[in-house]
Amino acid sequence: QINKIIRPSLNRKHVLFVTTKMFSHKSLVNGMRDTASAGPQKFTQEFIDKQVEEFEVGKRHLANMMEEDPETFTQEDIDRSIAYLFPSGLFEKRARPFMKHPEEIFPKQTAIQWDAKGRPFHFLFYTGKQSYYSLLHDVYEKILAIERHQDKMRNKGLFTSDTKQILLTGSRWLLKEEIEENLVENISDQDYMRLIQLMEKLLSMPYCSLEKEFILKFRKQLEVQSSKYEIPALQYDPQGVAFSVADGRRKTAKASITLRDSGSGNITINGRNYLHYFPVLQNRVQLMFPLLFVGMMGRFDIEGSVEGSGHSAQAGALRLAISRALLSFVSEGEVEKMRQAGLLTADPRIRERKKP
Amino acid sequence: MAAGVLTGVRQVLRGPRLVSAVFSCHGQTFSSAAAAVKSPAAATDTAATEKILNFPLTQPDYFRLSELFTMKDLFEARVHLGHKKGCRHRLMGPYLFGSRLDIDIIDLEQTAEHLQRALNFTAHVAYRGGIILLVSRRRQFGHLIETTAQECGEYAHTRYWKGGLLTNASIQYSPGVRLPDLIVFFSTLNNVFQQHVGIRDAAKINIPTVGIVDSNCNPSLITYPVPGNDDTPVAMEMYCRLFKMTINRAKDKRRQMELLKGISASV
Repeated sequence: QINKIIRPSLNRKHVLFVTTKMFSHKSLVNGMRDTASAGPQKFTQEFIDKQVEEFEVGKRHLANMMEEDPETFTQEDIDRSIAYLFPSGLFEKRARPFMKHPEEIFPKQTAIQWDAKGRPFHFLFYTGKQSYYSLLHDVYEKILAIERHQDKMRNKGLFTSDTKQILLTGSRWLLKEEIEENLVENISDQDYMRLIQLMEKLLSMPYCSLEKEFILKFRKQLEVQSSKYEIPALQYDPQGVAFSVADGRRKTAKASITLRDSGSGNITINGRNYLHYFPVLQNRVQLMFPLLFVGMMGRFDIEGSVEGSGHSAQAGALRLAISRALLSFVSEGEVEKMRQAGLLTADPRIRERKKP
Repeated sequence: MAAGVLTGVRQVLRGPRLVSAVFSCHGQTFSSAAAAVKSPAAATDTAATEKILNFPLTQPDYFRLSELFTMKDLFEARVHLGHKKGCRHRLMGPYLFGSRLDIDIIDLEQTAEHLQRALNFTAHVAYRGGIILLVSRRRQFGHLIETTAQECGEYAHTRYWKGGLLTNASIQYSPGVRLPDLIVFFSTLNNVFQQHVGIRDAAKINIPTVGIVDSNCNPSLITYPVPGNDDTPVAMEMYCRLFKMTINRAKDKRRQMELLKGISASV
């Protein structure tokens, strides 16, 4: 592999276009020119097309130079070849030479929004925020359509308020940034509030299920948090008794728990009974709380080992380990309840360093 | 055979640009013939376009807009109802018929005359391919006006009017934007009962305006004021319908004229 890289072809015909950074097209002589008010630099479509052409040609030259197949020369190959041909010791990665497709280098321009005669394409162009106002127009159109439907049903005598409602639990409205991304336009906070109010109005009408897909386009499903937890595998010992093993940490204390089924509520820690190991009631309550919450107090035998930190931290570590071990014995709904009770959250508090 | 094709193509070229575009599949022969017969064809082309543009101006009611409405229609749409005497603007005095039980009544004879003029002007602007912007700041009728604009292929602005829309257009939009050639105000007041900023801006930029002025509005800066009621839904629907019909009529007439000229020139 190294031999191949060391001998690139040094034919003078092969010319590469490699940039380190974009240089401004404006003349550097006239320092007084007001460059800020023109806004971001604009590029014509012909210029960008020419750049794309040059990039493709340069890619083939590079492939020939590196003696690889020009047809199957990917961006990773380009990056590797450039890094080899132009080794740079600069710390700032963005200042090193690169060769990328012009689509990634030149910022995207908004297309011209009117035709050859100068007439804009969109009927709300002169408002300034055509996509946003067009969206409001559409939502209001749907509200009117639903009202007309309601009137029709009333005329027929079939009007009922208890129609199928759209399920909204487990989803949230799209954020302002997400809507801006969809509309490709900037909107203000008041505009966003107005849009949400209109959608709420749409939802408040009895026959809103007619526009279900439209509304769901503006809702984002929330992930179910409880599905993120890794449940320890349920193992079986030679007697057929189920058990699970889990770890827990708190401050500097590390604990490991084995939870055995069909037990009688004995708790052994570091070989000693929990009454001897934890003379303080508070620590014993911490151990028992997960089982109490789930309602399986006398069912399990707990065998634990813990080291580090003090008695309170060790109790906390053991509690977390017991909760995690319990996940394999408990149903889906119970897992969510335990998460909301805070049993599955590791306590992030650690000792703060001494300052002068 | 080639000569026959050439003469056939030359005949076609005497027509306006529109027709010649349709026959562009002839390729090489077409382009060489085009070079030879360019000047006479171009001359007849411009003459035809001028005739299309100037002929409607020779007649007072070329688009026959007087048949779109009668004074009785205006009365039934409650266009004559103004605001209370206390809200009256002093410049609206001449347009009022009188007042009854403290409510100002707008003179429908004057309204009909003004409306006829306004619709005629709108029709001529639409005929010449001008951009028409329908403006109103009344939230009750915003959707109606936007739908009207969509249906007749023109533009609407029924939202918050940002300061420099007309006066600072090259920065608000992009440089090279084309501004509206006519602005139609369906209600000249904004939501705080002050005159709409667009009227003053249009006057500054020399854009003609058509406006429905109620008895509490200022008609002075508007090019074609139409005294009438701007609060009742019936009246607003009527105005929207009238403007839509005029614009559609004018555009259809233009398309018709282009086709006629194309056919008559090629014959």
